[in-house]
Amino acid sequence: MAATEKQPVTGAGPFNGILTWVDQRFPLIQLWKEHLSEYYAPKNFNFWYYFGSLAMVVLGLQIVTGIFLTMHYKPDAAQAFASVEYIMRDVPLGWLIRYMHSTGASAFFVVVYLHMFRGLMYGSYRQPRELIWIFGMVIYLCLMAEAFFGYLLPWGQMSFWGAQVIINLFDALPVIGPDLSLWIRGDYVVSDATLNRFFAFHVIAIPLVLAGLVAAHIMALHEVGSNNPDGVEIKKNKDPKTGHPVDGIPFHPYYTVKDTLGVVVFAAVFVTIMFFMPEFGGYFLEYNNFIPADPLKTPSHIAPVWYFTPYYSILRAATEDFMWVLAAGVIGLAALVISSAKNRTVKLATAVIGAVLLVGFFTIEAKVWGVVLMGAAVMIFFPLPWLDQSPVKSIRYKGALYKTVLTIFVVVFLVLGYFGTQPVTPAGTLISQVCTMIYFAFFALMPWYSKMDKTKPEPERVTG
Amino acid sequence: MADKELDQGKRRFLVAATSVAGGVASGAVAVPFVASMLPSERAKAAGAPVEVDISRLAPGEQMTVEWRGKPVWIVRRTQEMLETVKKAEDKVADPGSKKVQQPPYAKNEFRSIKPDYLVVVGICTHLGCSPVGKFKAEPESFDSNWQGGFYCPCHGSLFDLAGRVYKNKPAPDNLVVPPYKYLSDTRILIGDDSKGA
Repeated sequence: MAATEKQPVTGAGPFNGILTWVDQRFPLIQLWKEHLSEYYAPKNFNFWYYFGSLAMVVLGLQIVTGIFLTMHYKPDAAQAFASVEYIMRDVPLGWLIRYMHSTGASAFFVVVYLHMFRGLMYGSYRQPRELIWIFGMVIYLCLMAEAFFGYLLPWGQMSFWGAQVIINLFDALPVIGPDLSLWIRGDYVVSDATLNRFFAFHVIAIPLVLAGLVAAHIMALHEVGSNNPDGVEIKKNKDPKTGHPVDGIPFHPYYTVKDTLGVVVFAAVFVTIMFFMPEFGGYFLEYNNFIPADPLKTPSHIAPVWYFTPYYSILRAATEDFMWVLAAGVIGLAALVISSAKNRTVKLATAVIGAVLLVGFFTIEAKVWGVVLMGAAVMIFFPLPWLDQSPVKSIRYKGALYKTVLTIFVVVFLVLGYFGTQPVTPAGTLISQVCTMIYFAFFALMPWYSKMDKTKPEPERVTG
Repeated sequence: MADKELDQGKRRFLVAATSVAGGVASGAVAVPFVASMLPSERAKAAGAPVEVDISRLAPGEQMTVEWRGKPVWIVRRTQEMLETVKKAEDKVADPGSKKVQQPPYAKNEFRSIKPDYLVVVGICTHLGCSPVGKFKAEPESFDSNWQGGFYCPCHGSLFDLAGRVYKNKPAPDNLVVPPYKYLSDTRILIGDDSKGA
């Protein structure tokens, strides 16, 4: 019998007996060792390595607060707004749970953006961690969907008109667009049918997918091992006696303790915002959303919540004149690919795709291209592992060129984010258009500049 | 059973046949789920025509009524407002209303049955926001030489006082003119333009 072959559990005092009983029926100790006590993580994790575990903490917070909000919320166009006000005023401490959830939504994106930036800095997406990056990007997509579905639920003015605009994005797609947006709404306008299904997606469909993806993200990470700020593989240098990486330390207790400190500091910042500025100047909870949805009147200034604004700016950047700039960009990129590619098929394919795009730019209306650009701006993160051709992973050993380019990218992302919160002005549109081109150039030109960059040699081992 | 007795061809056939049958069955199971998200019979039934009394609408004023869940604007245009429509000819993308965004009887200079009453669906053709009326000809943040019309707060599309979209704006088309007819001089029926009694 298998049950008797396993060693009894030791070191858990009075719990040894029960843990042994469980372990002989479930791989408890094996899981504990593989993912915690014997998962060897590089010893040089720094500040930027807090955000992965913080993202998990926030996910937990959102799930728990979400469950309790569901007990009082009514997914009905006639009652939704009032039920949120009921939670805020009449449910005991309901306001606290709701503010935890609304602050948690923004905190989630803060943490995830910093987590992604860590990946960009230290080349965490590079071989052999491509799949971790891809799972992570799918998580990011799901998170955006989750945030979007959730934002309709309070049924305020911004909920309604935000959903109206985003669903109409699909309307722009050729041929299938109108039927697709009708299918998403379940009605000819955003209505009770839309609210009801968004509730279903927000509380069950997307969270289930998210949970699975987070598990896949961590399993893939623990399969290949964590990257670190030096971008060198600790598995190359193992202690011959123990078989463990010499630069690795067990995740538990070393990083569980470190991450606990991260959680404490994060919680301090979080509760300060939650108690003293839950609306965060209209960025976390928009003022117009305290007005019930009115299908006849769009608020005078409408903007998405801050975490979507960079993409919103890119959407707004696509005007008819901008098509010429975009065309020039495509021609330039195609010329670059054709001149540097060795394979004939690649050259031909580039020419064909380029030509199709050019024809499309001037035959299909600019609105469609705005939607395409916005989608592309998110999707372009996926091929990052293959775009980066630098011989080193970490920014510590990359040259001035990459450091400059990454800084510009971050600035451009923030500028796009800022203008996405503002009403349209000619100057704002022009700046957004320039930033949109730079945004895409960061990715499109990476295969070339990452090779040209003067890198420093990577060290053999991690450097403290 | 010994290995040589295994009929590999038969096994491959059975695996393929099971996969295909299973795939078709799963596809068929998706049908009710996808279909359930389409507009229900109740949603399809809603959408009756709306009768509007325009007798109290003063010159230069706008009123909004709800038709099929969407705002429909009725603007009583003054002579000066109609002049700005003429002046906007070279600023708008489709001055002749060539794209079918209106019933044939509204395909004219002022995109309306009677020049002084504009009837349009107040939904921007870009992404569905409801533009706001900025009827005064005065410098605006979005256009220093503004002649009056509609401004979409979401993405900055501009429309003249006939609902025609300005060139080089995110919105591709003119505002939609719904089917409508005059029941009398002061009453309009929106959503129905059938002739006869």
